Amino acid sequence: MYEHDVIVVGAGGAGLRAAIAADEEGADVALVTKLHPVRSHTGAAEGGINASLRDGDSWDLHAYDTMKGSDYLGDAPAIDTFAKTAPEEVIQLEHWGMPFSREDDGRVSQRPFGGMSFPRTTYAGAETGHHLLHTMYEQAVKRGIEVYDEWYVTNLAVTDHDDPEDRECHGCVAYDIKSGKIEGFRATGGVVLATGGLGQAFDHTTNAVANTGDGCAMAYRAGVPMEDMEMIQFHPTTLPSTGVLISEGVRGEGGILYNDEEERFMFEYGYANNDGELASRDVVSRAELTEVNEGRGIEDEYVDLDMRHLGEERILDRLENILHLAEDFEGVDGLDEPMPVKPGQHYAMGGVECDENGETCIDGLYAAGETACVSLHGANRLGGNALPELLVFGARAGYHAAGRDMKTAEIQTGLSAKSEAGDVEPPVTPGAIDSGSEDVAADGAAVEPTGVIENAVERERERVETLLEEDGINHAEVRADVQETMTQNVNVFRKEEGLKTALRDLREAREAYEDVAVSDPSRTYNTDLIHTIETRNILDVAEAITLGALAREEFRGAHWRAEHQERKDDEWIKHTMLAWNDGTPELYYKPVILEGDEETYEPKERSY
Amino acid sequence: MSTQIEQQETETEGEEEETEPAVESPGDQRRATKRQRQAERDIQRETEEASLDDEETVSLKVFRYDPEVEGKQEPRFDDFTVPYHKGMTVLDALIYARDRYDSSLTFRHSCRQAVCGSDALFVNGRQRLGCKTQLSELDDPVRIEPLPHQEVVKDLVVDMEHFYDQMEAVEPYFDADELPADDLEEQRQSRENREKVKMSTRCIWCGACMSSCNIAAGDNEYLGPAAINKAYRFAMDEREGENRKQERLRIIEQEHGVWRCQTQFSCTEVCPKDIPLTEHIQELKREAVKNNLKFW
Repeated sequence: MYEHDVIVVGAGGAGLRAAIAADEEGADVALVTKLHPVRSHTGAAEGGINASLRDGDSWDLHAYDTMKGSDYLGDAPAIDTFAKTAPEEVIQLEHWGMPFSREDDGRVSQRPFGGMSFPRTTYAGAETGHHLLHTMYEQAVKRGIEVYDEWYVTNLAVTDHDDPEDRECHGCVAYDIKSGKIEGFRATGGVVLATGGLGQAFDHTTNAVANTGDGCAMAYRAGVPMEDMEMIQFHPTTLPSTGVLISEGVRGEGGILYNDEEERFMFEYGYANNDGELASRDVVSRAELTEVNEGRGIEDEYVDLDMRHLGEERILDRLENILHLAEDFEGVDGLDEPMPVKPGQHYAMGGVECDENGETCIDGLYAAGETACVSLHGANRLGGNALPELLVFGARAGYHAAGRDMKTAEIQTGLSAKSEAGDVEPPVTPGAIDSGSEDVAADGAAVEPTGVIENAVERERERVETLLEEDGINHAEVRADVQETMTQNVNVFRKEEGLKTALRDLREAREAYEDVAVSDPSRTYNTDLIHTIETRNILDVAEAITLGALAREEFRGAHWRAEHQERKDDEWIKHTMLAWNDGTPELYYKPVILEGDEETYEPKERSY
Repeated sequence: MSTQIEQQETETEGEEEETEPAVESPGDQRRATKRQRQAERDIQRETEEASLDDEETVSLKVFRYDPEVEGKQEPRFDDFTVPYHKGMTVLDALIYARDRYDSSLTFRHSCRQAVCGSDALFVNGRQRLGCKTQLSELDDPVRIEPLPHQEVVKDLVVDMEHFYDQMEAVEPYFDADELPADDLEEQRQSRENREKVKMSTRCIWCGACMSSCNIAAGDNEYLGPAAINKAYRFAMDEREGENRKQERLRIIEQEHGVWRCQTQFSCTEVCPKDIPLTEHIQELKREAVKNNLKFW
C-alpha cells in the first residue's frame, strides 16, 4: 500500500494545480494518472483563459457575464469566488513562465470571446491549453511532486455507512497498466478527483479517447450526488469528420459563419442580432443545426467558418494551430478556403457535486475541473472559463485537502441539501443490474482506514480476475451502442421520446455489459482491460445525463427540449441532482444560490 | 528492421523474470481458453476480411510482441485488412483493427489531434504520429512498428522512461532570477522574444526525434533533441535572467550535451510539430561558445 497525505487522481490542469497547491501547503502529495501528465486533454484546449486584468474590466463584470452565460443555473458563491480569484491565478501562470501571446508593451494579450462583455480572454496562440498543461507539469517537476503515471484508478476506498454523508474516503485502488499490479493508495488528508471530461459517452466529441468520466462514475457509485448532468455543451465549431475542435478564437478574431446559400445566418435569420458569431456556444450550435435541418446546410451536414479575410499575418500570429488542424484532420487550407464545422460534444457543465472548497459530501473526497460541478457554469459554460476554473478550484481543493484553514463553504452538499423530490418517469429501471451487490461501497463494515483500503483492493482484484478469466463479448460493441444512442437522442435537440429511447438502449447496453470479458490474457499493458473498465463508467455517466435531461422539462442554456420551449424560472431555477443510492438512483433537486457578495443576480432574458 | 527484432528477442529473456511465475492453474487454463477463443475469432475475422473484397481496403502489417503471452514472445508481424475511407489515418486503421479483429492489439493514443504525443510510431520506416498520418500518403501495405531504439513493452508500446529522464535532466521548468513583487503584475516579454521561443514551446514529448537520432542510439546518456530543445526554450526566454541562463548553458554543455549533435537533421525531419530542433541545438552551441569566450 502506498501512502501520501493527498492523492490527486488525474494530472491534467485541475490535478496539477491541486497537487502544486497541496505541495505549497506542505503536504506530501502524489498524482495518480492513467496517462502521463503531458498527455492529458487539457493540452487540447485552444482558446484561452478569462480573467479581469485591465482597467475598464472588473471581477464583478466577469461574474455577471458568467452568471448570465449559465442561464441562471450557476451558484453565486462559486461564480464570485471564481471571478475574484482568476486574475491572480493567471498572473501566477505567467510567473511560472507560461508563453502567453503579448502586446507591444510586453503585457499579456487579451481577446474577445463569446458572451464576454470585455475582451478578457488571455491566450497563447491557439494552443493555450497545451502551454498551460506543460507549464504546470514543469512546476510539478520543479517541486519534485511524485507522479504515478499510467496507473489507472479503478475505484475509491470509502466506508460503507448507510448515509453517504457519514462516509469517509481513505484512498483509492489503482491498476499499474505496465505491470498489471493492483495496489491500494492511502490518503490521510484527502483524495482529489480531477479526471476531466466524459465526452466518450458520445461518438462525435472534441474529447480525447481517455475522457471516459472515470471520476464522475467512481464518486457517483461511492455515494456523491451528480449535479446537472443533462447540461452538456456542444461546441459549434468542430471538424465534421473527426470532432477535432476549431477554437472559438477564430470567431473571437472575426471569423464568420456561412450557410450553403452563403448567407451570414447568425444575423440573416436573427439567431443573434447583436453578437452574431460571438453569441454563446449553445446559441450558435442550435443555429447551425437549424440551418442544416432547414436544408441550408452544406452537404446536409455542416456550415462554413471563414477566416480568410483576417489575413495571413494575423492568422499566423494568433491562430496558426488552427491551420494545422484544418489541414491535418480535414484536408482544408484555412488561408485559401472556409473550414467546414458542425456542433460536437465538448464539455460537461455538470458533474460531481462539490462546494467552493472542492469538498464533496463524503469526508476526504474532493473534485475539481471538468469532473466537478461547483456549480460555476450552470446550464452553459462560456468559452475561456474552463481553464481559469481548473486553476481556481483545483488550487482550492488542493489547499483544503492539505489542511489549509479556509472559509466555510456557502454551498451545501449531499442529500441533506435536498429541497424537493424528483418526479422523473423513466421507461425502464435505471441503475445497477444487480443492486446491492458489487456496486455498493460495501467494505465489510470496516471503518479503520487500512481495512477499508484492503477490502477495496480485494474487490478490485476480484473484478479484474473475473474480467480476465471469463469468456464474453468485447466491450467495444457496448461502448459503440452507448455512443450511438447518446449522439442520436441526447444531442443538441432533445425530445421526450428520444430520451426514453436512449434510456431503453442504455438499459440494454448495461445488460450486455454483464457479458463483457477481456480477451487479452496478458498482465502487461492490457488496454483491453482498461477500456472495458472505462466502458462501465461511460454507462453510468450516460444514464445520469439522460435521466437529468428527461427530468428537466424546460429549455435552459444548453438543454433544449422539443416539448418545453421556454425557460421556466418559477419552477426550474434548481439543480438536478442524482444520487446512486447503492444502485437504485434517486433524482431530487436543490436550490440555486443567486445571492452573491455584491448583488443578488436577477434572472434576465439571455439575448446576444 | 531485422536488427530491431534481434534486440527485442534479448529483451524478452530479461522481461520474463519480471512477470509472475507461471501458475499451473487456473492461469494456464484461462490462457488455454483464451487461445481457443482467439482461434475462433481469427476464423471470424478472416471471413469478415474476405467479405471486404468489393470495398476499398488498406493492408496493415503490425508488429506484435508480448513478454508473457504464448505465440507473442517471439516478435512477429500480423496482417490486418481494414476498409478504407477518405481522410482515414494510421490511428483510425489501428483502432478499427483492434475493435473489430483483435482487442489485444496494443498502442497508446488519446487526443486524436496531435497534441498529446502518445502515438508516435514507426510507420513505413519513419517516425510519425499515427493520428496525423493519412493512409493516402503511404505505400500499401502499411508497416507499423514501435519507435526504434526504445525498449518495447508490448506491441506498439515502448518504454518512455528514459525519454522522460532526459527531459528532466535539463531542469525543464521556468525559474526566473527575479519576479515582480506584486502578485497581480506580470513580467514583461517582448513579442520578438515570445516569437523566438514559440516553436520550441510546441514540443509534445512524443519521442519521435529521440528515436530517429543516430547519436542517441549510440550514446544512451546523450540528452537528445527534445531535452536540448527544452533547455533552449528556457535559455532563450528573456524573462528568466542571466544567472539562470548561465546554469542552463552549463547543463547543455556537458559531455553528453549539445556537442554530441552531428547535425544530421533526422530529428528536425520527423518532428510532427515542425520544431527546428537542429537549428536550436546549433544556436545553443553558438551561445555556449560566445559565453565561454566572455569568461575566458
